Amino acid sequence: MSHGGKPERPATAPGHPGKPRLGHHYDTYEQQFDSNKLGMWLFLVTEILLFGGLFCAYAVYRAKHPEVFIYAHYFLDVNLGAINTVVLLFSSLTAAWAVRAAQLGQRRLLVALLTITIVCGCGFLGIKGIEYSEKWKHGLLWGKNFDYEALHHGDHTGADDHGEAAESGETADHGTAGVADQATPADPDAALAEGTGPTATGDATATTSSAGEISNIPASAMGPPGLAAAQMVAEGHGSLEDVPRNVHLFFGIYFIMTGLHALHVIVGMVVLLWLLVRASKGEFGTQYFTPVDLGGLYWHLVDVIWIFLFPLLYLIH
Amino acid sequence: MTAGQSDHGRTGGQPSSSRFDVHTVPLWLLSAVFLALIGLTVVTVAVTKVDLGKANLWIAMLIAGVKATLVALYFMHLRWDKVFHGFLFLGAIAFVVLFIGIALMDTQAYHPDIIPGYAPGIEQ
Repeated sequence: MSHGGKPERPATAPGHPGKPRLGHHYDTYEQQFDSNKLGMWLFLVTEILLFGGLFCAYAVYRAKHPEVFIYAHYFLDVNLGAINTVVLLFSSLTAAWAVRAAQLGQRRLLVALLTITIVCGCGFLGIKGIEYSEKWKHGLLWGKNFDYEALHHGDHTGADDHGEAAESGETADHGTAGVADQATPADPDAALAEGTGPTATGDATATTSSAGEISNIPASAMGPPGLAAAQMVAEGHGSLEDVPRNVHLFFGIYFIMTGLHALHVIVGMVVLLWLLVRASKGEFGTQYFTPVDLGGLYWHLVDVIWIFLFPLLYLIH
Repeated sequence: MTAGQSDHGRTGGQPSSSRFDVHTVPLWLLSAVFLALIGLTVVTVAVTKVDLGKANLWIAMLIAGVKATLVALYFMHLRWDKVFHGFLFLGAIAFVVLFIGIALMDTQAYHPDIIPGYAPGIEQ
């Protein structure tokens, strides 16, 4: 059982000669596995409850403010979200396969599969990083960091970029009308305070026409710049001009949910890396694969959470 | 304590009779589950482009639920695992559903139009 002439670990040696990976307080590998696995499932329960609180915040805000969610989801890129879903699903496949490889004692395959899983985790974080940096650049952030000004500037140039025949003046008129429609049932004072009132729109128009053609439509919005606006109009959800109140709520929820998820991906990758080091030393085999199994469970749970986050954040209808 | 430990020593030192029969998931099944998950991802993106009103959210959640079930049953091995592990998993989900359900019931017990313009998406 010892590898490369390394001495047995003293901690595990007493009690089970010849079984260096069997804890002295267990009778058999199976008992050790069952006990450890129960502990892991209890931990996963606490993870589900942790995310449950965030899903609850999401549900309450979406039930109260559907307009915020419909508006804000145009700033998320469905393609990037879908690619990340596929990346994470594939990494789950390789993680499940890695458990099988460990159980069958296929050491080199196990190392390869763990490596692929970690690479997929890096890919996921890379794509997430691209999405985050775009949002950061355009002030699509949580709470008071949310930049309402940038949204107003963006619409006009966005419409121009899209190459519609509309003159920027026409677009502005249309936009203002849209705001008026939206703002009428609302408290006009409140609308003004939030910068959605006609006056604010007028200012924005002026700034835009003088400032030139910098497109402020976030590139992270659907497709090429400006498409978010076009799509929004096409789907009958008004225009980007009609910024609902409290859009920052969506981005607060978006960042805390995807951020906590990304943190879990990072932790999962550290665990996988630790498994990779142990696997390459040949520590796992047909009787002892518990850490691979439990690490895999954690990785799958992170996948399951993303399975719900993707439609809830990116696929709002 | 000493007696207990030496006892353990004897039990553990006993033999290889206690070999641990491990259930491995066949590779074709893992691959089939992966392909099903990809297929469902394509479906959930596609169905968003069809306007079904409120049903869109429920269809998206149904598809996500099926995907999560596939991952839990096959990737997380619950289909062959101890029933108690599945019970824990479902129990946690049940409590989350209860939590969200009651929170929504509570928030919907208030008129959205007490503050004018506060909830333009739901008030009439």
